[in-house]
Amino acid sequence: MPGRCPVTAPTTAPAVDEGDLLAHFDALVAAGETIEPRDWMPDGYRRMLVRQIAQHAHSEIIGMQPEGAWLTRAPSLHRKSVLIAKVQDEAGHGLYLYSAAETLGVDRAALLDALHRGQQRASATFNHPALTWADTGAIAWLTDGAAVINQAPLCRTSYGPYARAMRRVCQEEAFHVRQGYDLMRALCEGTPEQKAMAQDAVNRWWLPAVALMFGPPDTEAGGADARTAALGAAVSRRAMAWGIKRHTNDELRQRFVDSCVPQAERLGLTLPDPAIRWNEERGHYDFTPIDWDTYREALGDDTHWARQRIAHRRAAHEDGAWVREAAAAYAARTDGTGGEDE
Amino acid sequence: MSGTREGAPASWEVFLRSRRGLAHQHVGSVRAAGPDAALAAARDLYTRRGEPLSLWVVRSDAVHTASPDERDPYFAGARHKPYRYPEHFAPLTEKGPEGEHHE
Ligand SMILES: [Fe+2]
Ligand SMILES: [Fe+2]
Repeated sequence: MPGRCPVTAPTTAPAVDEGDLLAHFDALVAAGETIEPRDWMPDGYRRMLVRQIAQHAHSEIIGMQPEGAWLTRAPSLHRKSVLIAKVQDEAGHGLYLYSAAETLGVDRAALLDALHRGQQRASATFNHPALTWADTGAIAWLTDGAAVINQAPLCRTSYGPYARAMRRVCQEEAFHVRQGYDLMRALCEGTPEQKAMAQDAVNRWWLPAVALMFGPPDTEAGGADARTAALGAAVSRRAMAWGIKRHTNDELRQRFVDSCVPQAERLGLTLPDPAIRWNEERGHYDFTPIDWDTYREALGDDTHWARQRIAHRRAAHEDGAWVREAAAAYAARTDGTGGEDE
Repeated sequence: MSGTREGAPASWEVFLRSRRGLAHQHVGSVRAAGPDAALAAARDLYTRRGEPLSLWVVRSDAVHTASPDERDPYFAGARHKPYRYPEHFAPLTEKGPEGEHHE
């Protein structure tokens, strides 16, 4: 490991009582202050953050693939430029997040290694293929739309570097969702075939978005049975007590459905859930609860695409090895200063 | 400088001056073998929008810090000195510190 950097290295335990440190940590979180890299933090907090930030970073870069596959087949130069910018942003989101994860004392090369070896995972959302051009619109409108709802509260998450990374991410996500909606609108205003293609893409991407982007059910109201709700709620409660999460998965899921239904209506598209209807009493749209069976169905039985995503990622990494080697050789020759030896 | 192994080039802290009139601000970090590559990575990552004015990259292991944990002994000079603030003293006019100052 290249000299643990003093900016980010966790402090070695000072000769202070652990109870005092924990009390100080809890007080900071309770006051809505951020925890910064060199602050003392409970091991569980650090582990939960590394796990969540790494999974999030992996999802950003794996999520480039379904849309990236359409870059050479975009229907116009304008749409192609927009899609390149969008996919490039997703690479950037991954890098912001790997940078944040490194402040917790992990090495990004090790995280990528864990992804490549299947020890850490990306969101299963992107284990679905983008079959038509309309999928690029549906992905951006629905899954990036879900990401915005998920991620907006993370801009205030308790760990400083994560919150700052998420603020950069969120600023860029608004563009992603709007360009996706614009793409869908263009198809919906086009020929009947184009509109049918848009509807077909929505039929395929609705479930991955509403189920997988928010995680499994963590309340009984959301569709979990009592036992899994208790488990899910325990994890969510822990994350909320530490200020990492701000809402339950099911709360955010409801928020997503509430925002999507009117948007779909404006497009003239039907969300593929016959249970969707306005509930005056609750002030929310009802929808088919995402119970564990539905969640598993969204995961998909076929792991072909899951393997494909990782294989593609590994190949890109291995194909790029010569670039990293050349850069290292150049840096060695110039003594890392950028100036050529005289 | 040693310490790089395959797949793990050095870490660089990135500072961006995003607008005229602002100081450079820390925005995150990149991994790169040398300063040119670090600048290029920082440009690609942190300046995709707006009209950024300048970038600094500094090897992470060249930055030395005093952490908040050391606040008490280290930053003691900044605390418990209310007389360093104008509010500690009476304003010059009855209207308060924002009031008129000429007689
Ligand atoms: Fe993203
Ligand atoms: Fe996005």
